[in-house]
Amino acid sequence: MSTNEVTGAEILVKSLMEENVEYIFGYPGGAVIGVYDAMHDMSHIQHILTRHEQGAVHAAEGYAKATGKVGVVVVTSGPGATNTVTGIADAYMDSVPIVVFTGQVATHLIGNDAFQEADIIGITRSITKHNFLVKEVKDLAWTIKAAFHIAATGRPGPVVVDMPKDVMASKTAFVYPKEIKMRGYHPFYFGHMGQINKAVEIINASKKPVLYVGGGVVNSNASNELFNLAKKLNAPVAMTLMGLGAFPGDDELSLGMLGMHGTWYSNKAVDECDCLVAIGSRFDDRVTGNPAHFSPQSRKVHIDIDPAAISKNVKVDVPIVGDVRHVLERLTPLVQPLETAEWWEQINDWKKEHPLRYENGPEIRAQYVIEKIYELTKGEAVVTSDVGQNQMWTAQFYKFKNPRSNITSGGLGTMGFSFPASVGAAFGVKDRPVFSINGDGGIQMNIQELTTAVGNNLPIKIVILDNGYLGMVRQWQDLFYKKRYTHVSLGTNPDFAKIAEAFGAVGFTSDKSGEVVPILKEALKVKDRPVLIDFRTTEEDNVWPMIPSGGTFAQIMDYPKSVSELRMASSHTEAAK
Amino acid sequence: MKKHTISISVENKFGALNRIIGLFSARGYNIDSISVGTSEDDSVARVTIVSKGDDDVIEQIIKQLNKLIDVTKVVDLTYESFVERELILVKVSASRNSRSELMQISEIFRSKIIDISPRSITIEATGSEQKVNAMIKMLEPFGIKEIARTGRVALKREFEGEV
Repeated sequence: MSTNEVTGAEILVKSLMEENVEYIFGYPGGAVIGVYDAMHDMSHIQHILTRHEQGAVHAAEGYAKATGKVGVVVVTSGPGATNTVTGIADAYMDSVPIVVFTGQVATHLIGNDAFQEADIIGITRSITKHNFLVKEVKDLAWTIKAAFHIAATGRPGPVVVDMPKDVMASKTAFVYPKEIKMRGYHPFYFGHMGQINKAVEIINASKKPVLYVGGGVVNSNASNELFNLAKKLNAPVAMTLMGLGAFPGDDELSLGMLGMHGTWYSNKAVDECDCLVAIGSRFDDRVTGNPAHFSPQSRKVHIDIDPAAISKNVKVDVPIVGDVRHVLERLTPLVQPLETAEWWEQINDWKKEHPLRYENGPEIRAQYVIEKIYELTKGEAVVTSDVGQNQMWTAQFYKFKNPRSNITSGGLGTMGFSFPASVGAAFGVKDRPVFSINGDGGIQMNIQELTTAVGNNLPIKIVILDNGYLGMVRQWQDLFYKKRYTHVSLGTNPDFAKIAEAFGAVGFTSDKSGEVVPILKEALKVKDRPVLIDFRTTEEDNVWPMIPSGGTFAQIMDYPKSVSELRMASSHTEAAK
Repeated sequence: MKKHTISISVENKFGALNRIIGLFSARGYNIDSISVGTSEDDSVARVTIVSKGDDDVIEQIIKQLNKLIDVTKVVDLTYESFVERELILVKVSASRNSRSELMQISEIFRSKIIDISPRSITIEATGSEQKVNAMIKMLEPFGIKEIARTGRVALKREFEGEV
């Protein structure tokens, strides 16, 4: 045996250094104790000990979404591995590049129901872009290189590398491959010029265009190219939940979000447009409602790197498979500025008639909180949101100026995502404030990460929009189930501010709208630890506008309608199904 | 809904077949038959799947299969000229009286009798799905005890025209 042979565990650490990894989010255990031993003398890479493996994966996601780099997780076998499943599924749905290294029992024990054994490869097969079981140490370096390559290229996604204990203890020479070839994996970056030309024809003939942009624009770092296209065409930009930030939310061309809880005017514009250019978006059901009636008058162009996203939900006239940035670089010079003055007149009327709105009063309205955070941070903070009403209000009232500042669980809709994701984001972003918006339900799903945030002096502003309910489910029970509230009241909530203080963070509580701004200002002054603010908001508030699930634009419910009128509309919707 | 014969080349390694089957079950696609074996290249397995579906479902299936990292090639043979075969073994009840008739049927289908006992015979037959089904229909009145089918295997036809 030659002396420059090293163990699998050392190969892992050396490989992560080759990949310029800054942070590992992890949790040790029996099957990875050798790996953790190799980390003892690790330099350049910081290991962040979360307090739950799910928190580690969401933190890696938050880091990846905020920085565009690959997030890295290390956990042990069995329960350590199964605790990562929700985070991996979340990353898969939202195309987040992460690599999750899971410990595994020794190869001779695999299949024996050994202590802390779980078939994590089998479990994660349908929620990963790819996964690997490393059977021999000689394959380890190649596998790690392949894992990072697959996670970060094409349509990004999570990759799992399962590492049996004996493989990580065996020795071999360390050679990190420079490049990697896989005969079954060739992401297609450059759009077909013939298709681009066809798209140009459709766009140039348009009088009422809409750009419908999604998270793909953020993933391909194409915000500048999108900005140039929109400005050249003078075309309105409607963003999906994942697309918020891809285009400045305060720009005059922005229509804000579209879809179920999108703005009235973005949905109206999509309904009436004659040309819809889908850019890095995937015609998700939360956007389209009933796909047969989605944007019925438009000719459609769809730019996406994933061929399987094309014509999956809605048939388009011109699909272009390719990286958004590469495609826009070729497309924008070929399009003509459009005569959209009339179209804009129409859209601006809609904006005036149906703005996003709420009525402020002595009680705290959740919308008001988000609006004030937006104003105080000028739209430049990194904001993670959870799932439900808090997420929709954040999407509506925080006008994200920059890409990679809107971090949320869009596809899987994972409650408990926001706070651990903000922990990861806070490691990646030091020059802007990081806010974590939560409901009083979701915060309780990963509140243990307060320890991680306090221990690392992360100045995250944790905002709880505390209405005492699982608000979005309550809203549906209100509108579609005759207000039969079933297990949605969170009446026995703890005192969140005291919890924060017990963890070593700063805690605030308020139920007065007049205190919102002073408290936020106070919170922004804290630079060395997290601040948790429990805003007790209006209890039974609903998110407007709303297009019922599977509905069409004709069924949109806007803010000022009376509740009885809304129930009528929704009962028609239910009957129509 | 049309039947499609899809030929998939996949890395011949641990778990690769699982990914293909898992994709069908996870996305609710149906499999009429599946056959797997190595190809001319030891490191590549050829999987032949027969699936029913509308055109857009089949299009999705092919795109999703192509997304699998271990899959190197996917061809929907339905739109090409291709040769297909299936192999079946059928165990049929056979008495002294019926044995000779069964042997005649077997001969007509160019199949072979590979096992015989006082109460049954086992026939091996290969052919297209239609031929194999026709033979089964002919054997049914005698009493079929057991059937084992390989599922369809197929290759693209190389030469289609005249010299």
